[in-house]
Amino acid sequence: MFKKILIANRGEIACRVIKSAKKMGIKTVAVYSDADRNALHVRMADEAVHIGPSPANQSYIVIDKILDAVRQTGAEAVHPGYGFLSENKAFAAALEQIGVVFIGPPSPAIEAMGDKITSKKLAMEAGVSTVPGYMGLIADGDEAIKISGEIGYPVMIKASAGGGGKGMRIAWSESEVREGFQSSKNEAASSFGDDRIFIEKFVTQPRHIEIQVLADQHGNTVYLHERECSIQRRNQKVIEEAPSPFLDAATRKAMGEQACALARAVGYTSAGTVEFIVDGARNFYFLEMNTRLQVEHPVTELITGVDLVEQMIRVAAGEPLPFKQEDLKINGWAMESRLYAEDPYRNFLPSIGRLTRYRPPVEGPTATGIVRNDTGVFEGGEISMFYDPMIAKLCTWGPTRADAINEMRLALDTFEVEGIGHNLPFCSAVMDHPRFVSGEITTAFIAEEFPDGFHGATLDEDMLRRVAAACAAMNRVAEIRRTRISGTMDNHQRRVGDAWVVSLQDTQHRVTIAADKTGSTVTFEDGAELRVQSDWTPGESLARLTVDGALLVLKSTKIPMGFRIRLRGADLKVLVQSPRQAELYALMPEKLPPDTSKYLLCPMPGLIVSISVAEGDEVQEGQPLATVEAMKMENILKAERKGVVRKITASTGASLKVDDVIMEFE
Amino acid sequence: MKDILAQLETRRDAARQGGGARRIAAQHAKGKLTARERVELLLDEGSFEEFDMFVAHRCTDFNMQDDRPAGDGVVTGWGTVNGRMVYVFSQDFTVFGGSLSETHAQKICKIMDMAIQNGAPVIGINDSGGARIQEGVASLAGYAEVFQRNIMASGVVPQISLIMGPCAGGAVYSPAMTDFIFMVKDTSYMFVTGPDVVKTVTNEVVTAEELGGAATHTRKSSVADGAFENDVEALAETRRLIDFLPLNNREKAPVRPFFDDPARVDKSLDTLIPDNPNQPYDMKELIAKIADEGDFFEIQAAFAANIITGFIRLEGQSVGVVANQPMVLAGCLDIDSSRKAARFVRFCDAFEIPILTLVDVPGFMPGTSQEHGGVIKHGAKLLFAYGEATVPKVTVITRKAYGGAYDVMASKHLRGDFNYAWPTAEIAVMGAKGAVEILYRSELGDKDKIAARVRDYEDRFANPFVAAEKGFIDEVIMPSSTRRRICRAFAALRTKKLANPWKKHDNIPL
Repeated sequence: MFKKILIANRGEIACRVIKSAKKMGIKTVAVYSDADRNALHVRMADEAVHIGPSPANQSYIVIDKILDAVRQTGAEAVHPGYGFLSENKAFAAALEQIGVVFIGPPSPAIEAMGDKITSKKLAMEAGVSTVPGYMGLIADGDEAIKISGEIGYPVMIKASAGGGGKGMRIAWSESEVREGFQSSKNEAASSFGDDRIFIEKFVTQPRHIEIQVLADQHGNTVYLHERECSIQRRNQKVIEEAPSPFLDAATRKAMGEQACALARAVGYTSAGTVEFIVDGARNFYFLEMNTRLQVEHPVTELITGVDLVEQMIRVAAGEPLPFKQEDLKINGWAMESRLYAEDPYRNFLPSIGRLTRYRPPVEGPTATGIVRNDTGVFEGGEISMFYDPMIAKLCTWGPTRADAINEMRLALDTFEVEGIGHNLPFCSAVMDHPRFVSGEITTAFIAEEFPDGFHGATLDEDMLRRVAAACAAMNRVAEIRRTRISGTMDNHQRRVGDAWVVSLQDTQHRVTIAADKTGSTVTFEDGAELRVQSDWTPGESLARLTVDGALLVLKSTKIPMGFRIRLRGADLKVLVQSPRQAELYALMPEKLPPDTSKYLLCPMPGLIVSISVAEGDEVQEGQPLATVEAMKMENILKAERKGVVRKITASTGASLKVDDVIMEFE
Repeated sequence: MKDILAQLETRRDAARQGGGARRIAAQHAKGKLTARERVELLLDEGSFEEFDMFVAHRCTDFNMQDDRPAGDGVVTGWGTVNGRMVYVFSQDFTVFGGSLSETHAQKICKIMDMAIQNGAPVIGINDSGGARIQEGVASLAGYAEVFQRNIMASGVVPQISLIMGPCAGGAVYSPAMTDFIFMVKDTSYMFVTGPDVVKTVTNEVVTAEELGGAATHTRKSSVADGAFENDVEALAETRRLIDFLPLNNREKAPVRPFFDDPARVDKSLDTLIPDNPNQPYDMKELIAKIADEGDFFEIQAAFAANIITGFIRLEGQSVGVVANQPMVLAGCLDIDSSRKAARFVRFCDAFEIPILTLVDVPGFMPGTSQEHGGVIKHGAKLLFAYGEATVPKVTVITRKAYGGAYDVMASKHLRGDFNYAWPTAEIAVMGAKGAVEILYRSELGDKDKIAARVRDYEDRFANPFVAAEKGFIDEVIMPSSTRRRICRAFAALRTKKLANPWKKHDNIPL
């Protein structure tokens, strides 16, 4: 076995690899750019080598710099993680040349699978199901109909030179094929000056399901079942799970065996992933093979108990796989939520900055399942603009899919991230979405269910009551503490009342609280009672309560007369007021949000260092607009709301006074 | 007998009606609560005891004798806030527009006298059209009587003013002399002369909101210390502020049970200071992470944001915080920030509230507007305030402490009790570049030489150790242990006794 390996990556995956290496007693070498000087993977590794400036194309993907680091540290093998150099055949070959082991597949396999056309051809030869289609030229409508009949409906008629949906038709019948063929041809001719047309199977209700394979250098190739990654936003995976709620045993076996056949056909070793698109009738078609460790590999590890990174290292060291196909069973269900530094309320705009708070849920077994969090960041760390916005992968395991989802709901509620915008509330909203819960998902799930973006989840009546009861109980604790201040008048202390009015999400609950030794009972106007138990104390940002027997985790911040509460993707202002206070509060005028002006004004006297937008640009809320240097400090001015830049009045290098106009919006 | 008892209730009911149902409805329609409703929400439920409910005015001019409502436009008395005694007056806009008469003033004076004597804060709720013109000079005399008591109470008991409606003319000078002024957005304004007079005299056309609304006074004039969305929120937050304040100047700052470990270590603070010395960071993060339960009551948040002032608790006890804010104007001292912080420091000192100072200051703001505006004397206010303060003073230098601003910010030389510095501190007469340009003027032509000089200077002086060698810094501490160190420091200062030489009063450069 290797004594020392280098990890040619950063972030959570570098940390992930280091963990397995440590477990195996292998020393680790991290590489880092300027921006990652204090990164978690650098802290975790035994050694760290600086490899250059922050942009990845000057550090992490410069092969020579990695090779230098390898030489300098004497690492015997390199794990590339995913992204960066992981599927770069030149890198694998370069390592080979200097006698260092690449922890991944042989370079010919990378090359073969790296090309879409070659890989599809190889897959067909290996007997892997590919999307049926006719690539040759089609003479007329009759031929098109004949071909379509062979492929099976529906079909997609595509212009060879096409793009952007132009010259593309979907046909469900012969007459539609005839019609579509002609109109596609015409459109193709006029748009691209090229009327060549081809036809392929149109996959309806598509799901993205992939097979994990693992092969050693001794001819053993196994599959570790599937992962479903249909929950994607603009081709970016957000939620993954294993197994798929859609596959039956026969389909799983067929897909698994085809994936292995392909791996064998290209002489694959190490871990790899064969991606399929699966339609509503469980027909599956090969998409591509990823010749690396996949981001979402932890869900496979959770259901199979196999440490994929460890196996990759062992395979690279020449060890045979310690298990056979029949040993690999599916145990329970695993979910993964990818935590992105992207603000869902601002159209998923990337968010950078300091993580003022970063408290993931405790990892390990819970009362009902398992929580795992693969992360590359830490509280007080900086999310920089240079790399992927994914900062953690939160995974949960439970005996069933419903259990795994429930674990995930709680884990997401427990996960505290502040300082940057992030998609935790969005992940929570998906976990509570009835369609997701039913398992009836496709790759269009997010586009169909969140067509206008994400604006926070709304809670149902039952959940609102639970939150109301929880807040009433928390407020009582906080108010009683206030009465225990020094300097009160003896014998005339304040007595905290039992009746409260809780307002949240446009509803109001008049409640009474009766506290006893073990908790409190909150009674609602209609007589319904909820029992609340908690050891929450004022100031604790995470409140764990048992409400009516069920665990409820609230992220809470004190606001005047109540709490800001975040759970299950909702962000609520919860007011807990005395009945008299609530009565008088009802008289207060509702104020419209302040009229944010149509101008960006200079907030301080200073020098315009840069302007990051141009006239006519559409800007998102929170997008940087200009940088003003004042007292040698650079201050980034951000858009207060979505809009279009009408006019830029200040120029770079200009010295401005307070309230000088920098730009105007439409 | 029964009738006689019943008569009391009848009279009380009449008095509680103030200006009557129609005017109460009009008050509500403006989004304002009535004087009594405000008192109800300010004080603990059922704790209010009203004084002088039946007082009526004695004016006979302009047929005033025909209209003598009980209470005379102001509700006064005492009650408790979380069990601690406070005195309160609340002007009733539904009665003669809350205008101040001789008897109205007498009612206010009565509770102020009691507050001074019994050592409890005075909370004044202002909602008044001004002087009662029918009473003429008697009304003016009434104002002055109140002013005199504001002055006598100053530094003896905390005085808080809530502006919840108009407050114009001479009336503004009573709140002006109290410790804190809070306004309600959109429904309150304060000015010495109103828009009509302004127009007549100066031809300036200005709205009441622009002239003296909450935005104006919290951002531009700094007359007000904060503004709230509505009456209910303002009253709730005033209760929160009172929880931070002692009842009088003979008491220590209040203590209440707390749920935060005084020894809590916060690793994330070790990375608070950015690698680039020109990059700002948010000092409020440090304040929140030091404070018990992250609870911070900020004073004058919208004004001179280059310095932060407000209250936190450490081990349950109130502490005043003054901190440079690198996010705004690099945290420099200027006229506004010096005035703001000086007043806050003096408040804390007057009421035995220990002071925590967090320093990251590149110096005083240069420029003609500053010099011509008198930054010399205004800056001296903060220096003076720190120097005269005898309360426990703990200082932490996080990054820059340059030049005279280093001296000002509660340095050891101004009787700082515990002066800590983070390893990232740079305590020097100025930044490296500036110093080198003066010290090596002859080498300015040679870029490389200057760069080397800058590096040398940084190595030698851009650290806390030069100051620590001289004993100006008591200890260099890890950022992550700041809360623990500060808590211990203030604990060690609980028995601090320090008195200034006897004087009638000092002569702070006002």
